[in-house]
Amino acid sequence: MNYLEGLAQKEMLRAQSWRRSAVWLAGLILLGIAGASLVGELEPKLSGMAKFLQDISIQKGWPVWIPAAFFIFIPPAVLLGIMMGLPMFVVWWERKVAAHTQVRLGPMEVGGWHGWAQVMADGIKLFLKEIIEPDGIDKWVFRLAPFVVFIPAYLSFAPLPFGKGLVVLNLDTGVLFLMAVSGLSTVGILMAGWGSANKYSLLGGLRGAAQVVSYEIPRFLSCVPVVMWVGSLSLTRISAAQSGFLWGWLPRWFIFYPVVGQISFAIYLITTIAETNRVPFDVPEAESELVCGFHTEYGGMMFAFFFLAEYSYVFAGSLLGAVLFLGGGAPLFSFLGFIPSWAWLLGKTFLLVFVFLLARWTLPRLRVDRIMDLCWKVFLEWTFVVILAMGFVILWRVK
Amino acid sequence: MTSPIFPSNPPKIDGGASLSTGPVFETKIEQVEEHEMLLNLGPQHPSTHGVLRVVLKLDGEIITDAVPDVGYLHRGVEKLSEHRTYPMNIVLSDRNDYLGAMTNNWAFCLAVEKLLKVEIPPRAEYIRVIVGELNRVASHMVFYGTYGIDLGAFTPFLHSFGRDREEILDLFEEISGARITYNYIRVGGIMLDAPDGWIGRVQAFLERMKPRLVEYDKLLTFNPIFKDRNIGIGKLSAEKAVAYGFTGPNLRASGPTCDLRKDHPYSVYKDFQYDVALGIGGGDCYDRFLVRRQEISESLKIVEQACKKIPEGPVMGKVAKVYRPPAGEVYAQVEAPRGWLGSYLVSDGTDTPYRYHIRAPSFINLQALGEMVKGWKVADVVAILGSLDFVLGEVDR
Repeated sequence: MNYLEGLAQKEMLRAQSWRRSAVWLAGLILLGIAGASLVGELEPKLSGMAKFLQDISIQKGWPVWIPAAFFIFIPPAVLLGIMMGLPMFVVWWERKVAAHTQVRLGPMEVGGWHGWAQVMADGIKLFLKEIIEPDGIDKWVFRLAPFVVFIPAYLSFAPLPFGKGLVVLNLDTGVLFLMAVSGLSTVGILMAGWGSANKYSLLGGLRGAAQVVSYEIPRFLSCVPVVMWVGSLSLTRISAAQSGFLWGWLPRWFIFYPVVGQISFAIYLITTIAETNRVPFDVPEAESELVCGFHTEYGGMMFAFFFLAEYSYVFAGSLLGAVLFLGGGAPLFSFLGFIPSWAWLLGKTFLLVFVFLLARWTLPRLRVDRIMDLCWKVFLEWTFVVILAMGFVILWRVK
Repeated sequence: MTSPIFPSNPPKIDGGASLSTGPVFETKIEQVEEHEMLLNLGPQHPSTHGVLRVVLKLDGEIITDAVPDVGYLHRGVEKLSEHRTYPMNIVLSDRNDYLGAMTNNWAFCLAVEKLLKVEIPPRAEYIRVIVGELNRVASHMVFYGTYGIDLGAFTPFLHSFGRDREEILDLFEEISGARITYNYIRVGGIMLDAPDGWIGRVQAFLERMKPRLVEYDKLLTFNPIFKDRNIGIGKLSAEKAVAYGFTGPNLRASGPTCDLRKDHPYSVYKDFQYDVALGIGGGDCYDRFLVRRQEISESLKIVEQACKKIPEGPVMGKVAKVYRPPAGEVYAQVEAPRGWLGSYLVSDGTDTPYRYHIRAPSFINLQALGEMVKGWKVADVVAILGSLDFVLGEVDR
């Protein structure tokens, strides 16, 4: 086969794969919708199970702590499962999105179908690797850093609702808790940068700390209009307040709130990308400048914790965005109400995750001082404007 | 006075971690203040494009001093040449600038041809122009991709390097049998005539490239973040550039219209219509990028014209199998992807050169690095390094 024929064949295969992927995608989405509709809302089923457990323990005369222990340990365990499982999917998805934006195929071998088991194989590899500690490190700071980054990432899932009634910890101060806890990870980044005894790590850690601390402010302030509008910091209340339709057709999602909704959503999305240290704001790990930034010296599971934390934050940030701005589990059209709320929420979350992935594989990196300029000179001002506007609207409504 | 500065005042951190662990810096940085830090960039670093080492003195993120350290890839090509016959030296020339191996062959052969006073058949000249310009395009594609990576955009690399450059390499493989080190241009002509239909395939490639160049611009050239990272960064005035001996795209980015193909046309460059790409902003990183981006288009224009005009005929001049050039010295240069690539040859009448010197544009362009990065941030160092587009194989030879 000569060169030109080979090229023609490649073109043909590409065209075919386009059509095939479109069909596959549509099929998968329809299948997901059908499956989700069959399963239905999870909340009544779970509360039924809880009631059954309580009844049976009363009938059999079990001690009180047995059902109580179930309620205490099962939801966090499920959460841990979600937190371990979803990043795995997101990593595989990211590799596929990256591959297809870059005219290649990505993982195709491990597991058979489009390399679905690649991430697991990578995970096993990371798990089995020796943890190497370089000379001259600050031992405890170095060893603790991955956990200081990872634990807040895990905790930040606690107040997030995964659908109607599916929340581990129904906090009245959900938004505040989430922002406060995710801010703790900065300490871990700083510890990793300091403890590694590596100048690149130190620069990365300092950049990361400066960036995350700065971007927390506009990120939280961009959520304030929603909080003002709903009048509550509880994520379940915020989610519930956005169900229903205005004039019978426009969903009451906050993003459809004129001007204020769009600006605060845009600021929220961009600052979340910055908060999770991803391209175009990935200066703390800036591969081409700082080798790997704050986690240069980490390998094996220690590195995997940083990695998991990053993807967990991406997922948590998208989930929070979906809850705050995209109406939580509320359907887009009233005739699509048969799809359960958790499926809607997952769908919206993955849409936002997809925005994260596309941004990462399209844009160059901003310079560190320009990132700070953007935060302090653009986003902060606009959040103030939006909050002021929201305040006037509320005043006008009260009158 | 050079002294290894680090042992004299190592900045220690309480708690056991010390920033002075690691190799001693043997550089000419004399003094490091309390608030400053030495950062060893390279030789193993993702964005030094090979094995360049730069020692940076940092004040926070701002560079106060920079000392480039070259020589990690030194193979002594010029000395080796004295023990090899002329045809054997063409093979060595491939290894200098491995991204522009065709022009390296060409620069050496041009010097030997001057010594031997050979006539090159026109078809050979045209094929030389075609492969030389395609090689320039391939080299600039590597630049386009790696520069994107330096600035944090990964996708352009896979488009330019992974897809489009591959097609050029396929064409080269077909004509010369090799993908990187071609050894294709020979003294007196070229190795072999192009295979049947090769010219047609080059033209088909040119057609395929047209929409892709638009894609390149959308992806990187006009990206606001990319512009923000580049415009005004690492400026070098025209006077400074000339004083440093800059040539090629790096000089043209600063303003001077300096192109050997126009100024002292060698080969058949007189026959082609094309423009010399120039910078507009006074020699900043964006100018250096734009010049190379435009040169891709201009070179493709030359290839297009050459494919139309190419005559039939022999591809090898009258050169003996074993030749001994008359004693004398000669200098020949070509416009390589990185600037003027010169060959200075001294012959003593035997079958090996008496002395051989390469004027390597990368090496000369790299001189200004220390001055260019001063006052900029760590992120800009990467941009400036990338925009100079050097190849360490040529710097160290």
